[in-house]
Amino acid sequence: MLQTLGLLLGCQLLGEMTVRGFGLAMPGPVLGLTLLVLILTRMPILAERLRPTSTVILANLSFLFVPAGVGVIGNLEALSGDGIALLVILTLSTVLSMLATVGTFIGVRHVTERWTT
Amino acid sequence: MTDVTSLWSYLATTPLIWLTITILAYLVADGVARRLGNPPWANPVLLSVLLIAPVLWLTRTDYSTYFEGAQFIHFLLGPATVALALPLWDNRDTIRTSVAPIMLALVVGSIVAAGSAILLARAFGLPMEVLLSLAPKSTTAPVALGISEAIGGIPALTAVLVIMTGIIGAVAVTPLMNLLRITDWRARGFAVGVAAHGIGTARAFQVNPVAGAYAGIAMALNALLTSLIVPLLVRWLV
Repeated sequence: MLQTLGLLLGCQLLGEMTVRGFGLAMPGPVLGLTLLVLILTRMPILAERLRPTSTVILANLSFLFVPAGVGVIGNLEALSGDGIALLVILTLSTVLSMLATVGTFIGVRHVTERWTT
Repeated sequence: MTDVTSLWSYLATTPLIWLTITILAYLVADGVARRLGNPPWANPVLLSVLLIAPVLWLTRTDYSTYFEGAQFIHFLLGPATVALALPLWDNRDTIRTSVAPIMLALVVGSIVAAGSAILLARAFGLPMEVLLSLAPKSTTAPVALGISEAIGGIPALTAVLVIMTGIIGAVAVTPLMNLLRITDWRARGFAVGVAAHGIGTARAFQVNPVAGAYAGIAMALNALLTSLIVPLLVRWLV
């Protein structure tokens, strides 16, 4: 567990340092994720050592969003008078985005599968 | 007998109490959700927040005090994002064969996520700074706050809108995809990752590991793309 945590935090740290150092417009952990995938391509054996702790973390991903979620309740006045309009917009926009994404994914998959077979 | 007031004033100054309450609230929320078979509406983030909020209100605790305890949980979002490398690695073979659907769906989904938010905000006649705060709502919080600040939005409002978007996507994805009879877990996961970042990804992992892996890829890629797309869309659509 400590080895996994050390590796995850180490990748995040390198990611954060690179992002800050070069003024990149991406979050440090996303660069850390990319770095860890690169490490895994060099050392595939690491995957099994990472698995137990990573599985526990990812199975409880929702838990990690609770503090930010509570922050919404404490910050509801930021919505001022536009709460209902914003709720409607967020719902419509999120559904539209999921429809567009899933439609494109499946459409392109059909086309590429026809090409390759 | 211990004086309850002095006991409380001691507890209220340590991070211990809010850390414990957050874990307990989540265990209750997740336990209820599991017992019901993880229905979409019983979102564990939403249920936990609904359990904790009244406790904060009754004890007149402000968010900064709560966060002194809860920050230890919040901090783990970083290493958890890095841990998404493992499901990505596990699914590397199918990912390699679906690079074209991944890339095109990412671009289309990301443009629709920000573009529809901007156009709807205009249709509703919302103030400009609210519109600008809304535009990056589908990407992960640290990126969204940075974009919001750069284009003239209100980061505090964006923070609220990002979390609300995540919960809406996590609740909506299963009924929406079932309605459309979409059975491809890659496509389902990818859609919720683009539209609803990490909270959507958490839902995807709850439903199916392949969906979770694809949601994680979508979230990571959309974090990169949104910071390029939103400033352009704002220039064209506002």
